[in-house]
Amino acid sequence: METQTVEYKRCSVVAASGRVDSNTAPAFEEALKKVIDGGQHNVVLQLSGVEFLSSAGLRGMVSGLKACKSGGGNLVLAIPSERVKTVLDLAGLTSLFSVFDDLTAAVGSF
Amino acid sequence: MSINIDVSMSIKRELVVPGSFEYLVTIADFIAEVGCEAGFDQDTIFHVQMAVDEACSNVIEHAYCGPSKGDINLCCDCQGGEWVVTIRDKGRPFDPDQVVKPKLDTDLEDIKTGGLGLYFMHQLMDSVEFTFGKDGNKLRMVKREV
Repeated sequence: METQTVEYKRCSVVAASGRVDSNTAPAFEEALKKVIDGGQHNVVLQLSGVEFLSSAGLRGMVSGLKACKSGGGNLVLAIPSERVKTVLDLAGLTSLFSVFDDLTAAVGSF
Repeated sequence: MSINIDVSMSIKRELVVPGSFEYLVTIADFIAEVGCEAGFDQDTIFHVQMAVDEACSNVIEHAYCGPSKGDINLCCDCQGGEWVVTIRDKGRPFDPDQVVKPKLDTDLEDIKTGGLGLYFMHQLMDSVEFTFGKDGNKLRMVKREV
């Protein structure tokens, strides 16, 4: 699993790729936390490269969403892979997140 | 290491790995290999990979109470469109009734994601059975071809 963060004027984009499982979820969550703790509460989480997402990764996403919302911002999802969509649906959490099929639209939502 | 036990109109394979999170990818590869060989479709393989990943994560976290405390033994038995996965460990007894249920269908502030792994296992597999005996925990999960 790898993450890459790009800062924009109104938000930060955290792009994750690979497997987000119990082994890698701590690093995934830390990447989100670093952005949020740095004062940016508008976050786009790009998930096009995530081929596997376990409950541990999903917990990190929910924690990130809660932190962003409590800071007056939001955490939105961009281009989730089919596997990620399946996991969100399975947990019944799809409606919890704003989901964009285009990165520009996700960034532009802030 | 993957061991071919017996192939006679069925596929039966076994994998033993240390109970550490870095072996979850090895386990996922093993499941994919068995599923492909048995002719299951990609969605079925993904469902079994997810359920097994959650089960093995639970073994490490709850049965062994941390990584590198013991081995995880996986056995796959595929026959007649039915895929039986048996996972054994020698950790402390695991009682699924003691696991809190996730609270998902609620407002964001009230969402509780504890127990999500067990919830996924039940959602993804056709049956999930836990037993504990003198040899440790045994989890038997069955997935039938859709």
